[in-house]
Amino acid sequence: MLCCVCKEKEATVHLTQIAGDKMQKVDLCEECAKTKGVNDPTGFSLADLLLGLGASQEIEQAGGGAEVKCPRCGFTQADFKKAGRLGCPDCYKTFSDALEGLLKTMHKGTRHVGKVPESLRQSRDLADRLKTLQKKLAKAIEAEDFEEAAILRDEIKQTTVRLSSPAAT
Amino acid sequence: MDLHHFLTPPAETARRKGPYDRIVTSSRVRLARNLREAPFPGWGKKQDRIRILEAIRPAVATLPEMKESFFETMDTLSTLDKQILVERHLISREHAAKGVGSGLVLNREETLCFMINEEDHLRMQALRPGLQLRQAWAAIDQADSALEKRLDYAFSPELGYLTACPTNLGTGIRVSAMLHLPGLVLAEQINPIIQSVNKLGLAVRGLYGEGTEALGNVFQVSNQMTLGESESAIVERLEKVLAQIIEHEENARATLLEKKTKMMFNHIGRAYGILANAHSISSKETMNLLSLMRMGVDVGLFPGVDRALVDELFILTQPAHLQKQHSEKLSAEERDLLRADMVRERLKSVSRPIPKSPGAVDAGLDKAEK
Repeated sequence: MLCCVCKEKEATVHLTQIAGDKMQKVDLCEECAKTKGVNDPTGFSLADLLLGLGASQEIEQAGGGAEVKCPRCGFTQADFKKAGRLGCPDCYKTFSDALEGLLKTMHKGTRHVGKVPESLRQSRDLADRLKTLQKKLAKAIEAEDFEEAAILRDEIKQTTVRLSSPAAT
Repeated sequence: MDLHHFLTPPAETARRKGPYDRIVTSSRVRLARNLREAPFPGWGKKQDRIRILEAIRPAVATLPEMKESFFETMDTLSTLDKQILVERHLISREHAAKGVGSGLVLNREETLCFMINEEDHLRMQALRPGLQLRQAWAAIDQADSALEKRLDYAFSPELGYLTACPTNLGTGIRVSAMLHLPGLVLAEQINPIIQSVNKLGLAVRGLYGEGTEALGNVFQVSNQMTLGESESAIVERLEKVLAQIIEHEENARATLLEKKTKMMFNHIGRAYGILANAHSISSKETMNLLSLMRMGVDVGLFPGVDRALVDELFILTQPAHLQKQHSEKLSAEERDLLRADMVRERLKSVSRPIPKSPGAVDAGLDKAEK
């Protein structure tokens, strides 16, 4: 296996980093490992190294590459850096990876706790109810309580219908 | 409609009463909301903003609490009127700088105010005199719940209400109170207090909000984090901190009166002396001196004088309010002369402060407490 930086010498240093649910691998030769500071664990970040190498687009997006552009409003990462504001509500999806760290330092949590618009709350409650019913159903089947299972199945059917047609709620 | 005819006269505004208004001048809860289908105001084109304004304005107008309201677009309001709204703390300085495609809706009582296309599509706020954070939150929550039926808000189950700036993401709430803290400033305890409040994740700002000076010893305390904490938890946390600050301010005043009586009387006496006799005075100096006089009234050094007299001057002596009382355009120097004339005239009926013995001061404190 060749070193992925100089692509000349044999790779002898193999690194794996797991960040969230993503795994990244790098293979380096002795010399390149030293120049990239791999021997010093405090000063080394695999993500930086991979970005520096101009690795695959997917990784670049994960690291918040400069070329990411909101498909809806055309806002770019560079615009965000300049303005400190986002372009449109969809930007939160577009730049979600880059924003995650930022939100963590800024706020108490990264998940919304608090008011939810009434219409959404109803469907969320229904979705929660559906989950509970399905769990109960699985238990009933396991216990071979088919009478109970039949009742639960009907309730699940009703809840599913209500969930898919919010006007009916 | 003429803004000046709509706004409550300063004399009346100064008489509004609320819990702890000796120290807490006003409470405010603001919510930031955006519509799903459009870019945020700062990134959108003029046409986008006009479309948003035309969608939000009628929705706001249907609210029962907005029956008798004032509506104007920011491009039709004069610079002077915008400045008056800033001085009344009804709009932000940022909103005052807006033009075509931005607007303002204000109710008759001046307790609800909607800024359309400020940094977000909609920024709505409820205002109350004194310490009334819960009441303000309840009022704005109600207005918001009515509006969500008519407006398609940008909302994500994970991130909450989506806002132009990630600092407002989630609840989009800013809970704040304006505090008059001359005791803590005079006792030189204000900096440690600000630091510890900051450590709790709350922001301390000046009289006109973000990036402004604490003129007249008025400080604005508000939450900074909006994601990962519910609205009611934020209101509660702020209430607890404010209760502490109020106590510290009362203690600082009591200690100054008891241990640094001369220093306290000297400051208040000089403030009165200058205000009652000056022939030219800047807005900044006026505010700082009125602050000391207000404290003098609070601790009973001006028997028979209502705090509202000082509070009205606090409003009237600000640059735009002063300009509004005169038809010709005034220079800063001319304003300083007219301001001094007005203050002297108003203080004619106020006798000089009466220094009391420490025992009598205690009695004054008790009386003022009620």
